[in-house]
Amino acid sequence: MYQSDAARLDPYQTQEPQSAYQTYAVGRDPYQAYERAHGPYQSREPGYGLHQPGHSPYDDQIPDPKSRMLAIQNAKAYLLKSSTTSGLNLYDHLANMLTKILDEQPTNAVDIIENISKDVKWAQFQKKMDTLRDEHEILPTFEAAEKRKALFLKANGGGDEELEEEIGETPLPNVMETAFYFEQAGIGLSKDESYHIFLALKKLISVQPIQTCRFWGKILGLEMNYIIAEVQYHEGEEEEETEDEEVIEEGGKKRGEVEDKDEEKEKEDEPPKSTYKPPPVIPKEENGTGANKYVYFVCNEPGKPWVKLPPVMPAQIVCARKIKKFFTGRLDAPVVSFPPFPGNEANYLRAQIARISAGTHISPIGFYQFAEEEGDEEEEGGAGRDTYEENPDFQPLSVVEMVDSLTTWVHHVQNILKQGRCVWLNPFQKSEEEEEDEEEEKAEEPDELQQEIGPPLLTPLSEDEGIQNIPAWTAQPSTNLIPQYAVAILQSNRWPGAYAFASGKKFDNIYFGWGHKYSPENHTPALPPPVQAEYPSGPEITETRDPTLEEELAFKAAKEEALAAAEEDDDEEDVEDDEEEDDD
Amino acid sequence: MEAASLPAALELAAGGGAGLSPEKRAVLGASLLLLQRDYRFERVWFWGCIQGVRGSYYIAEGLGPDRAAPRSRLYSLNCVEWSLLPPVTEEMVAQAEQLKGRFQGDPSFEYEHIEINAEDAERLFEDEMTTRKALPLKFAYVSLKPTIKEEARLVATIEQIDRAVGIIPRGAFVKTPLGSVHENRNFEGLSLTEAKKLSSYFHFTKPFNLKNKTLLEKADLDPSTDFLDSLEHDIPQGSWTVQLEKGDTVVVLRSLLWLGLTFYHVPVTKQYGYIYFGTGEKNFDLPFML
Repeated sequence: MYQSDAARLDPYQTQEPQSAYQTYAVGRDPYQAYERAHGPYQSREPGYGLHQPGHSPYDDQIPDPKSRMLAIQNAKAYLLKSSTTSGLNLYDHLANMLTKILDEQPTNAVDIIENISKDVKWAQFQKKMDTLRDEHEILPTFEAAEKRKALFLKANGGGDEELEEEIGETPLPNVMETAFYFEQAGIGLSKDESYHIFLALKKLISVQPIQTCRFWGKILGLEMNYIIAEVQYHEGEEEEETEDEEVIEEGGKKRGEVEDKDEEKEKEDEPPKSTYKPPPVIPKEENGTGANKYVYFVCNEPGKPWVKLPPVMPAQIVCARKIKKFFTGRLDAPVVSFPPFPGNEANYLRAQIARISAGTHISPIGFYQFAEEEGDEEEEGGAGRDTYEENPDFQPLSVVEMVDSLTTWVHHVQNILKQGRCVWLNPFQKSEEEEEDEEEEKAEEPDELQQEIGPPLLTPLSEDEGIQNIPAWTAQPSTNLIPQYAVAILQSNRWPGAYAFASGKKFDNIYFGWGHKYSPENHTPALPPPVQAEYPSGPEITETRDPTLEEELAFKAAKEEALAAAEEDDDEEDVEDDEEEDDD
Repeated sequence: MEAASLPAALELAAGGGAGLSPEKRAVLGASLLLLQRDYRFERVWFWGCIQGVRGSYYIAEGLGPDRAAPRSRLYSLNCVEWSLLPPVTEEMVAQAEQLKGRFQGDPSFEYEHIEINAEDAERLFEDEMTTRKALPLKFAYVSLKPTIKEEARLVATIEQIDRAVGIIPRGAFVKTPLGSVHENRNFEGLSLTEAKKLSSYFHFTKPFNLKNKTLLEKADLDPSTDFLDSLEHDIPQGSWTVQLEKGDTVVVLRSLLWLGLTFYHVPVTKQYGYIYFGTGEKNFDLPFML
């Protein structure tokens, strides 16, 4: 930009009278300053006589001071000349620039002189007095700030009653306290964000009938992130979400009926019916048990409304184990993958949350114990206990003990079996309804599935398998300098981003990450299944190869022979008939 | 990120859940200053933390007068005492690329059974020959060492991360006609609209694609500030997430190729920087995950 300015000045120069040019030569020569500094030159040295005041080569053209004054005036007139394109003139611009430099006194001004010039020119535009008023730009930042401010406003109404309720037993977790303990290990969000989440959870609790609530963690996404709260409803207050599922099932049945009608119509030459029976859909676990023990709410940012995630189906967990996709941040985004994921991002998120909880939610040993009313331990092949309660006599271990060995920690979330459920279910067990509907003939009963057994609840971490030569968990105290107040911190190596802390009677789990399991090997997606055979060969339908040309010709020739032979016979017969008729 | 602005920067880059404990923050303020004194760095950057299985490495980088010159890297296990890492060579990088799995957390750990395939070996051999003007005796030195120390793997990984995803906003650094690079004192920050575009950020490393630009594109560029590759043409596309956090006041870029690298910038201010908190492993599954 400056080069072009210089170029523009040059053509002007050639038009100016020589006298004016001379003063430029003195000022514009960049080397003059250096030259002056070298003096005084002796008459024999090169450089003598050049560029010395009063001895420049053009001096002879300005004989007297009057012309010099004229030359100066001409120069000033030139500087005051307004530019045709921008309306500025160089004199004013230089004056403004030098004023600005003298006012601000930046260091090494000569290095940034061009930028200062640019700034001065730019400032020109702002000072224009427009008759139009500036419309204040409504930046999206302002809207976001409004939402965040709304979190801090106390809800109206209620007055004293609410205050009492709030101070008493509240399901609201102390997010700041948990954040403090995790911060001792360097884990966690900034304090601002933690506080916003705190208030957002408070809002959630005031809206929904919630018994217990916990900040589960944050999962990062491509466009937006997810903040996740783990919640348990009051008993009996759950909304029935099964309506949607029933509607879907009915829709499927209707479609099936329509297809049957179509098939009945074409009874001739039907292609053989497929004997493919899709594997039975494993039903999801009841709300409140197994993988659906907790209900999860997510929001993108504190201040935005909380959205409830649907309960998880075993098929979704099984598929989620095979794929690895980033979350986009929009709950309704489709998950494009192979094997095709049965659901959208909300379902995928829920499945990953279930896996992470099952794999990494741990507590100090003794904090939870089994309720003592378990009479029968042998139900259903030792399905194990799935409920626990807090141990009132819990004696916390010291931090050193918690860190040294992994037997001091236990999982308190049920392990998810390969099937996708926590409690194994035999899908081929006939329930009463199904027996009536099923056809009498059963072609082939698949082999009975082996019951899957997982580690029981409250197993210590030392049973966790490592990956290759890495243990499943890394345990460290939060500080080595002040062991009296250190906090025991566990990091999961199988699910990077899952952390747990324990300090005295307090403990908690949290997750900050992208939502994927660690695998030292690269992810290999499942291969598509082999091409299916079309029809089984049987007496009705057999596939044979097309006859080759020679075979066809041979067949044709044979046929012609037979035809010729038949004609002869016919002729003979006809002749015979004729003869017979004739005879008659 | 700049050591001087570390406390504020950590708050801004904490969206991913990773940060430093108060103890480390407190000691870094002092120990990074002492690093600057001892090694006579002009600038000290706290690069981040690589988590190993048994311990973590905290990394700092020191810069001299030319900010684009190869940087000195130091590591520490507790943020108090720092050790200088050996300067990185191409051979180290090639060897480190073969290694998979987590860092162990022990600087003297030796990894074994490195296999360099024949092509890489030849290439390295030729590089060595041309740079060293090798004497025949040095033949055997083309070190196809079967083991590599964790220190070397550490510095090679840091170099890879810096090369691949170390970024700065456009205009933050200027190149002088003499070739050296230093901070641009006139950089006032990117505007909000500019900050959301990937083309406003550059890789702070030797540019690869600059020469391939068309003349039309080159005409718009200002050689003093546009002397690096921008993020627009990174492969695969979508390997950066751009988000606005903290109520749309901070622009945070996260790399998906090296999970754990976070870059933050507050628009219209001079605050920017990047930091790495992660396991030091490249995310090779990225194309499947997008």
